[in-house]
Amino acid sequence: MTAAPITIALSKGRIYKDALPLLRHAGIEPVDDPETSRKLILDTNRKEVKFVIVRASDVPTYVQHGGADIGVAGKDVLMEHGGADLYEPLDLKIARCRLMVAGRRGSGGGAARTDGKRVRVATKYVNSTRHYFARQGAQVEIIKLYGSMELAPLVGMADCIVDLVDTGNTLKANGLEPLEHIADISSRLIVNKAAMKMKHETVKQLIDLIAQAVK
Amino acid sequence: MNSERWVLPEGVGEILPPQARALEQARRSVVDLFERWGYDLVIPSMIEYLDSLLIGTGTDLDIQTFKLTDQLTGKMMGVRADMTPQVARIDAHRLCRDEPVRLCYLGTVLRTRPEGLDGSRSPMQLGAELYGHGGAQSDVEILQLMIETLRTLGISQEIHVDLGHVGIFRALVSHAGCNESQEKELFDALQRKARAEIQSLIEGMPGDARIKEMIAALMDLNGGADVLKQARTVLRGAPNAVIEALDNLEEIATLLSKAVGALPIYFDLAELRGYQYQTGVVFAAYVPGHGQEVARGGRYDNIGQVFGRARPATGFSADLKTLMTLAAKPVPPLGGIFVPASDDAAQLAEVRRLRDAGERVVCALPGQSGDAKSMVCDRILVKSGTAWVVKAIAP
Repeated sequence: MTAAPITIALSKGRIYKDALPLLRHAGIEPVDDPETSRKLILDTNRKEVKFVIVRASDVPTYVQHGGADIGVAGKDVLMEHGGADLYEPLDLKIARCRLMVAGRRGSGGGAARTDGKRVRVATKYVNSTRHYFARQGAQVEIIKLYGSMELAPLVGMADCIVDLVDTGNTLKANGLEPLEHIADISSRLIVNKAAMKMKHETVKQLIDLIAQAVK
Repeated sequence: MNSERWVLPEGVGEILPPQARALEQARRSVVDLFERWGYDLVIPSMIEYLDSLLIGTGTDLDIQTFKLTDQLTGKMMGVRADMTPQVARIDAHRLCRDEPVRLCYLGTVLRTRPEGLDGSRSPMQLGAELYGHGGAQSDVEILQLMIETLRTLGISQEIHVDLGHVGIFRALVSHAGCNESQEKELFDALQRKARAEIQSLIEGMPGDARIKEMIAALMDLNGGADVLKQARTVLRGAPNAVIEALDNLEEIATLLSKAVGALPIYFDLAELRGYQYQTGVVFAAYVPGHGQEVARGGRYDNIGQVFGRARPATGFSADLKTLMTLAAKPVPPLGGIFVPASDDAAQLAEVRRLRDAGERVVCALPGQSGDAKSMVCDRILVKSGTAWVVKAIAP
């Protein structure tokens, strides 16, 4: 194998934990643990392979501009980013959940407001939300929030929210329920275009090995 | 608020010394190179009517174009976001020649959306176009000139050439009978090599299962020279246009290797850069250490048809400012001769002689602050007897 240097962008937490076994199958194991180390660039057992630890929503940006050759990013983040200038050759089928519209129990559909007023939607997925409601033919007002979206309908700031739903327990605990399904989400392996072209032997071999490990 | 008055619009920059001098020297060297290859310089207009600026180029360029109303005619005008269609119009409408025409251009274009890592909206586009020849040889000439341009600008890294052909995907989707929106979605997924999406799109499509399989296979047909061999197996029985496209790619790659020697060529049959107006081979150049393509081009036959004449056409373009950031070429130090303030006629004559000989001469102004060094000079003019002589200053 030609040892072209490869940088892999990962985010801490669930994606990192679930991606490790796949990377291990490709013969890559980190030397440090990002949960305890303060380092942002982690060495691996292979000299030419490094991990960079970035925020989940920054992974596509790093890979797009070549700050990393490869990355693991949720489909939710990719949909929001637009995904242009990137390859996403592999569905890793990890960190699975759904992007959904949710609202107060019994409130009906997301865009179902009969008094003629615009529906207000609280979300951190502004682009995906706009796109989804536009496809439904609904004009909505979007309120950008960075977290705790569930609160917005409870305090009357929004009619519904768009957020990732895994077990639905957080919704339930706050008197909300899932209303409409927007997309199934899982993490994708993403690749910088220039890296795919200039380091194709190394990159393709890595993709093939990881693909074998995907369930 | 006043403290932010100096801020320039996003993605719009000004270039100061000494970078401006380096850029200008680079600009001259590129124009000289094009001239040596037989390409004639054209200077298209900065702004023109949208009807002609955008015709036949697709929606991407439409979005990228700044628009304004012409107060004289009430018609919409656009500031050029890409000079290629302008040059194609010049060939089709103004020159009207039957023999091959080679044109080149270099100038600032304006784009509504920032591009690349530096987020520029005002790249300095350079390019060369060859009209009137439909064979692989003209594509190879353009590819050679693209590589030569990067070398001339001092890019010493290994240049990787990426080759694709829009004819393959186009023939397959038209044979499968996709509608426009299916084609667009498929194109989009293929550009991202998004396997999961491609598969689900293919399943929902009409047409021959064998052709659909071939479309899905495009995503994996990328890599070194063996890709073409692999493609001939995978795409066996495909429409003729597909086989012709593969032959075309093979011929281009062979001729290119012969012309420029060993250089890494990467084939990607799912690469559809400029799909809206390209008609044949598409290519790009990559260099290590830069995460995006640095130059691009391809064949776009018959774009001039709307202006009265359909002609085979091929060309490449790049942003000079991006290329400059990759070039390792040091700018030669400016240097120059600092001349003390004086009204001696002999001094005036000597200054004129030095300037005629190509020297940079800076004349001191009476009572000015700063010395030779602060005027970026490395020599001074001093009086020796009645004559004026140039002397080096201590570094």
